[in-house]
Amino acid sequence: MASLLNQIGAVTALNVRSIPQRAWMSIASIVAVALTIAVLLFFLALAQGLTRTVEGSGSDDVAMVIRSGSNAELNSVVSRDQLTILSSGPGVMQRASRPLASGELLVIVDGLKRSTNTKANMPFRGIGAEGLALRRGVTITQGRMFSPGSNEIVVGAGLIREFAGFGFGETVRIRGSDWKIVGVFEAPGTVFESELWADVAVTQSLFNRPNAYQTMRVQLASPEAVAPFKTWADADPRLQGLEILSERAYYARQASQSNQFIVIAWVLGILMAIGALAGAVNTMYSSVATRSAEIATLRIIGFSGWAAFFGTMVEALALSMMGGILGILIAFVAFNGRTTSTLGSGFTQLVFKFDLSPPIVITAIVMAMVIGFVGGFFPGIRAARQRPQLELAAQ
Amino acid sequence: MTDLFRLTDVEKSYTRGKEKISIFDKLTMRIEEGDFVAIMGPSGSGKTTLLNLLGGTDKANKGEIEFDGKRIDNLSEGQLTAWRAANVGFIFQFYNLMPILTAAQNVELPLLLTKLSPKKRRDNVATALKIVGLEDRAKHRPREMSGGQQQRIAIARAIVSDPKLLLCDEPTGDLDRTTADEILGTLQVLNRDLGKTIIMVTHDAQAAKYAKRTLHLDKGHFVESELAA
Repeated sequence: MASLLNQIGAVTALNVRSIPQRAWMSIASIVAVALTIAVLLFFLALAQGLTRTVEGSGSDDVAMVIRSGSNAELNSVVSRDQLTILSSGPGVMQRASRPLASGELLVIVDGLKRSTNTKANMPFRGIGAEGLALRRGVTITQGRMFSPGSNEIVVGAGLIREFAGFGFGETVRIRGSDWKIVGVFEAPGTVFESELWADVAVTQSLFNRPNAYQTMRVQLASPEAVAPFKTWADADPRLQGLEILSERAYYARQASQSNQFIVIAWVLGILMAIGALAGAVNTMYSSVATRSAEIATLRIIGFSGWAAFFGTMVEALALSMMGGILGILIAFVAFNGRTTSTLGSGFTQLVFKFDLSPPIVITAIVMAMVIGFVGGFFPGIRAARQRPQLELAAQ
Repeated sequence: MTDLFRLTDVEKSYTRGKEKISIFDKLTMRIEEGDFVAIMGPSGSGKTTLLNLLGGTDKANKGEIEFDGKRIDNLSEGQLTAWRAANVGFIFQFYNLMPILTAAQNVELPLLLTKLSPKKRRDNVATALKIVGLEDRAKHRPREMSGGQQQRIAIARAIVSDPKLLLCDEPTGDLDRTTADEILGTLQVLNRDLGKTIIMVTHDAQAAKYAKRTLHLDKGHFVESELAA
């Protein structure tokens, strides 16, 4: 056993140290693996960032009320009467003798994307007086909250990064009305950072949607209070046709969109991996061919076929590992942590960050290793089967 | 002297397409321990095939091959590999050193197949390099040495595990006369002073003179044999 390990170590060292003699082929193989890994990471980090942003947006103890069957806020309706009834439900928290609840209206407005200089949809949310208090992770970092009843808006920091013309202090014209930007808020890792917020009553008025609400958020005493609140609402005939779930559950449902990116990631990743695999196999067959005299010599001296096999395998894995690490470096430099946006479930731009989490990086390394393993396996068998004959050693 | 090799009715043939090419047909020979045999013959006469059979790098179709009283013709591939590692040192025409390894690392290769400790391996490598007179080149790589020096390193590699048998395939075929004579002199010393049995395939009649006897192969048969002058 010790002898076999010695043999494998010696042959592996020979192979790896002789990689520079096959520099261009090896570099091509490394680059192919690196590109494969970089593309895979791009889409996985995209999906991860989107998922984290959407799933991280909700609270467990905030009940979200939407119309049954509505996949998104835009096609939901909640009446003012229902809002009033829900505000008096069991477990609803109070602040200054007022229920901690917010009826909200989401409308779509145009904005100019900085990256493409083209128009894209932005979510403009009318919120109630308690809307900010219902979102605990949100802080006003510049200016102040809008005044109720005024044409004032506060803007998410993510939206400012992605869209032009929404800086603090600016006045913007939306749907024929001027709005003053009086504050900037941050809500890291949530969908809220992609939104514009204004007073819901003013929003209803200026967007010609009187008394219309699409959703309602209700602060409950605890996450456990959501179920009794839902049971109570389901039993009230005036609240029929509404769906109640925790805010976190609502956003988790919205996050299913990111599954598309995961599918794209793996389809593209596997297609590119096949290409990289072809390169790796070619490189390793070439390696075995150029070392045929060396392999024959070692076999004649008494080295086993296993040593030749493992030596080839380790070389293939080493090249793939180098490609994998290069791909990961490219991914980190090129897009990790960068902000981007995509069309969210409400047909509006959702701003989020590429997120190269450790599990994704490990996935990429495993992918590189799989390419290396398969790429080295068959050439390794060829090396192991090479006959130890003097004619071959003399070539 | 006892027989180191005994070949009895050995047959060897290859198939090329539908054609069967016979190399040896009932070849019988003996080689005594401590012998130094030169094998000569025209191309295609079977010299290298014979060396492959004697070195356990190829198998006969029929017949018996005994080494030191034990049959090796019926050993498996893995057993033959282990047998080669323990009993045979190979010397090639083009030296076949690993270009990225130093002289000492090249010489050490056969010892990696043993259970010797690293220190013992280093000692044996130093001894082998001393025998071939190249202890001062231990850290040089093959490209930094002349052809003659490379072949000496190859000889050191062949003897480092102290095998009974050295098989040499045209060991001076790539060297000038003076260097070839030095190498052949070294082989003579290994045969005379260390008792190594040497079987050398060569085209060079001058080289064959260093052997104790010469066997001439033609179409798979020994046509004559002679003692060296």
